[in-house]
Amino acid sequence: MSEIKKKILLADDDPDQIFQVSHYLKKWGYDVVAVESREEAERYLQSECPDLAILDLMMEEEDSGFILAYRIKQCKPQVPVIIATAVTAERGISFDISTPENKAWIKADHYLEKGFRMEELEIIIKGLLK
Amino acid sequence: MECLSILVVDDEPGIRSGVKRILSGHIVSFPFMDDDYGFELSEASSGEEALEMIEANPPDILLLDNKLPGITGMEVLEIIQKSHPEILVAMITSYASMEVAARATEDGARDFIPKPFTPAELKASVDLITKQFFLKRITRTMKEEGKKIRYQFLSVLSHELKSPLNALEAYLGMMKDRELGPALDDYNQVLDRSLQRIEGMRSLIMDLLDFTKIRLERKEDKIERLDLEECAHLAISTIMPLAIQRNISINYEGKGDLFFEADPIDLDIMMNNLLSNAVKYNRDGGSVVLQVSNQEGKMEITVQDSGYGMNEREVSQLFQEFVRIKNKRTKGITGSGLGLSIVQKIAELYGGHIRVESEPDKGSIFRVILPVQ
Repeated sequence: MSEIKKKILLADDDPDQIFQVSHYLKKWGYDVVAVESREEAERYLQSECPDLAILDLMMEEEDSGFILAYRIKQCKPQVPVIIATAVTAERGISFDISTPENKAWIKADHYLEKGFRMEELEIIIKGLLK
Repeated sequence: MECLSILVVDDEPGIRSGVKRILSGHIVSFPFMDDDYGFELSEASSGEEALEMIEANPPDILLLDNKLPGITGMEVLEIIQKSHPEILVAMITSYASMEVAARATEDGARDFIPKPFTPAELKASVDLITKQFFLKRITRTMKEEGKKIRYQFLSVLSHELKSPLNALEAYLGMMKDRELGPALDDYNQVLDRSLQRIEGMRSLIMDLLDFTKIRLERKEDKIERLDLEECAHLAISTIMPLAIQRNISINYEGKGDLFFEADPIDLDIMMNNLLSNAVKYNRDGGSVVLQVSNQEGKMEITVQDSGYGMNEREVSQLFQEFVRIKNKRTKGITGSGLGLSIVQKIAELYGGHIRVESEPDKGSIFRVILPVQ
């Protein structure tokens, strides 16, 4: 166990998502800090810096995830951010973060539609942490 | 003021300038329109020229003479009915050619203006066509909105059903792979959460059934003379077990003649939904008051709680289908997000409405007001 475990911040207001994703993250060898609101996440970010963040989009506000991603990138631009959301299904809004105009304001490295497979998440995290 | 474009097609320059003079500065205003309409005129002296102008810049309204030097007005009408069916056409014809007028109407002209016409006759015809323009636009937006709302409803619904399925699938996957070890006891939390999600799905489906029932109109043969006091007690007894668990008191107050003609299921659904919200979004040890009163021909069903209350933004989203107020205090409370929109739909079915007053941390008052026939 010479290698220090990477720390992942997981913010989601759905307890099932927290339970399930945390379980697999730990299994894959990461340290997990799970929070259930933007407020809690911001408090954590004041003193700590994760190696990667997985953020739900709609928590207290409809755009909590975007706000958090922005905050993280503002002070820790090197931290990769994954936004995991069901916004397309919930609100019928779809967006693609790969277009230049969206990239300019959505401060995320990856966008995942909820209902994703854990294997998919594992590959994305590995890619981002390389 | 909105400006509609009119193209006048006539080979007589006198008529063209006359029409221009009469209609410039003419304003159409009907009480049902939000905005007045003014007009911007352009002119063409032949059918060919008109078609070119329409291709380049289609007008809203076309005033079309039939007797033209090249192709006739009728031919122009036929062509643009295919290429620009949205343009509203009035044919300008002489009294002698009533036959043309009839054929033009059959071919899609909205009106015809007999020649020679007085300024008042021309204005009346333009007023009529403007009204048609307005109505056409309204129906089009209504159709689009209806489609959008239906689409949203379905897409949100499928999400609401899919998300518990996703959670359940993941939990079952964890169990299948023995993710938490070999002992069944280690899966208690997984099992509890799975059962909760199933419960949530069940209540969504039940609400959805209520919802589809309302969507199909009121059934006249189910209307009975109901004693709302009885309905109130029945609804209270339904929610009582949940209230007792959380030490919440429910009181009933009745005022006036409480007989009301309605389908008992509708009243049952309304009261149950309001009471269940009042208990769910209440603090432990709180209180709920259900009041039914008949005042000046209006039946008022009021449910007041000592619960979390809502801010203005939350209140404004309250009646949207599937919207649930999300904040720290409502975490863990399950629901489909359909309850209040169901109550609203039922109230509207009886010609009534619902009002809400709320203050964060103090509680909310929901009032359903139904006119008594």
